[in-house]
Amino acid sequence: MTTAATDDGFVVFDRVQKSYDGETLVVKDLNLSIGKGEFLTMLGPSGSGKTTCLMMLAGFETATNGEIRLDGRNINMVPPHKRGIGMVFQNYALFPHMTVGENLSFPLEVRGMGRSEREAKIARALDMVQMGAFANRRPAQLSGGQQQRIALARALVFDPALVLMDEPLGALDKQLREHMQFEIKRLHESLGITVVYVTHDQGEALTMSDRVAVFNDGRIQQLAPPDELYERPQNSFVAQFIGENNKLPGTIEEIHEGRALVRLANGELIDATPVNIQARGQQTLVSIRPERVEFKPEMMPPGAHTIDAEVLEVIYMGDILRARLRVAGSDDFVMKMRNTLGQTRLSGGTRIRIGWHPQDARALDPM
Amino acid sequence: MTDAAAPLSTADGRPLKAALAASQTRARRRALALVAPLFLFVLITFVVPIGQMLFQSVYNPTFADAAPALRQWFDDNPPGAAIDESAFAALAADLKQMRAERTAGAAGTRINYDVAGTRSLFTAAARRADSLEPPYREAILDLDAGWGDPLLWRAMRSASSPITADFYLAALDLTRDQTGAIVQVDEKQRVYKLLFGRTLMLSALITFTCLLLAFPIAHLLATLPLAKSNLLMILVLLPFWTSLLVRTTSWIVLLQQQGVINNALVALGIVGADGRIQMIYNQMGTIIAMTHILLPFMVLPLYSVMRPIPPSYVRAARSLGATSWTAFRRIYLPQTLPGIGAGALLVFILAVGYYITPALVGGADGQLISNLIAFHMQKSLNWSLAAALAGLLLGGVLILYWLYDKLVGIDNLKLG
Repeated sequence: MTTAATDDGFVVFDRVQKSYDGETLVVKDLNLSIGKGEFLTMLGPSGSGKTTCLMMLAGFETATNGEIRLDGRNINMVPPHKRGIGMVFQNYALFPHMTVGENLSFPLEVRGMGRSEREAKIARALDMVQMGAFANRRPAQLSGGQQQRIALARALVFDPALVLMDEPLGALDKQLREHMQFEIKRLHESLGITVVYVTHDQGEALTMSDRVAVFNDGRIQQLAPPDELYERPQNSFVAQFIGENNKLPGTIEEIHEGRALVRLANGELIDATPVNIQARGQQTLVSIRPERVEFKPEMMPPGAHTIDAEVLEVIYMGDILRARLRVAGSDDFVMKMRNTLGQTRLSGGTRIRIGWHPQDARALDPM
Repeated sequence: MTDAAAPLSTADGRPLKAALAASQTRARRRALALVAPLFLFVLITFVVPIGQMLFQSVYNPTFADAAPALRQWFDDNPPGAAIDESAFAALAADLKQMRAERTAGAAGTRINYDVAGTRSLFTAAARRADSLEPPYREAILDLDAGWGDPLLWRAMRSASSPITADFYLAALDLTRDQTGAIVQVDEKQRVYKLLFGRTLMLSALITFTCLLLAFPIAHLLATLPLAKSNLLMILVLLPFWTSLLVRTTSWIVLLQQQGVINNALVALGIVGADGRIQMIYNQMGTIIAMTHILLPFMVLPLYSVMRPIPPSYVRAARSLGATSWTAFRRIYLPQTLPGIGAGALLVFILAVGYYITPALVGGADGQLISNLIAFHMQKSLNWSLAAALAGLLLGGVLILYWLYDKLVGIDNLKLG
């Protein structure tokens, strides 16, 4: 699914294609419009073309076809140093032979800025990332998280309107990563800059972004705000890539007015919401989130459709209990239960009836 | 806090330090045994010969052994004392001994280093030593008036002591006059300083051309995908696997006046048949051939420094607003400095002591100091002077090394 590019975006990809070898397209017909002040994340598996898009925007790769516009101006032929885009690299790319202060001074020096003005800006940028006391350190003397902050400060010190981030938190441990996500989000909001963020971590994409563009196979599969992306995936790839997902293969038996009747592999009929399915007789994958599956009759949402299931195993995960069930012939159906005080503890071999609201069962393409 | 003061001990009460030492003894002994062969090899093949060489540059007992009486006389009489009958008597006694022991030639050669044309003086006098009668002064001066030359006596005095700095003086175009003061040798005889200067100048030039050529190659090697860069690396290393002699002679084939390049230039009409360019048997030949031969020594350290520099540094610089030239000058180049330093030091040190190539393609004005060292080793057999020249060369290289350490730091050296 691609949305049509509009001309009013701050950053516009207009029918952009990219090929490295002249035989295969790494980016296929990309249309994307990013608003001013927006936090847009490009999410996708490696090789999906997201980093290539970022590199084209930064100016390190040239688009094979199409046009990239920044603030209404075509920048296809503008060299990287004239684009005025801040960039944070995956490995930070802090210059090892310079101190932190010199690293931050570099973009200001090449712009011919005077000494006093430079120092004021450097101090402000370092304070912004709470690294004011580190101006005289070398990058090698800093921890990964501190280097990350300096890289961020360096990308912001010359007041760019657009900042690109190429998996900037990939090398940090989980706790630090979550903390830095928060910091980046805070900076984005307080500075009012536009951020294009590339990651393969869906959690990161969901928590930080205004909108997420899910990339696969050189195309944007879905471009939507995080909640819509998670709750209403437009195709099987997105449903599969974002969050945990149960998929039940079947055939469309009947389809009309936003309801579909799907015959599962074991012959059972269930209700589902058709998404990118048009005709009866078509193969489909019904996608259901594990946390939307219920097994206690009193908790069942009204209008829920129930189906037989056998508990195969229950995994204790602390905050939740994760049960693996056999449903309609498939062995990897997962149900998540909150670990509350009165929660029923299931055990392997138990036969139960599970159910969900037809709205939560989305009939998608069979991939 | 009492625990901290008492020495730690193991569970069975032995002091911890003793237990640690005991547990590591075996490993340490084995390590020592493994290193010992190399240590001995280095000692025998490297330290001893170089020590011997350096010793020989200040120690030459030839004359002192051949002329003990003169040595005694010089010890008894301070410099500047009149060369009187007693001196000639000592000389006569030594000449007789030289005749008996057939050392006149060697002794004469030793004096000949300092005062040219004196070797025959000794051999001729020794031949007739048995007929010498007192008064010796007249008798010897009768044989040859040259024996009265104060310079000769000055030379004999200095040669009579086996430990001498004369060879270092000679290697620096210096000598002593009759009063013993150090003066420059006659202008026509000054060769060593000129050659040292030329050696350093040419080596610096060769180092520079190597750097100029190697930098782009190393950069290409470091940025190409591995499959392609491996092929290129083989091309860089190919000269290593070819005989030095073959490589040098192939340059002769290319560069000589009737050679490939001149023929091509003539055929293209760029130069006339009588205007063939002299590209070999001069300094140019030395520079071209040695640059080619030493190039890998520059490429490899540069490559090893460039390979781990991720392209994101230059990209980051570009995204921060630097032109590609600024990004190169301020970001890329400084990070390659350890490689440049290592390569330059390596090439320069190798070039300073290079022998075969300048000997083959250097002609008259492309000779380096090493060729003169070889001359003294093989032709004039003045090993002490050769050792002094080599010692100066070694000292120069060590000074260079020290300077590099002061300016860049040896720990920054990356050889591969």
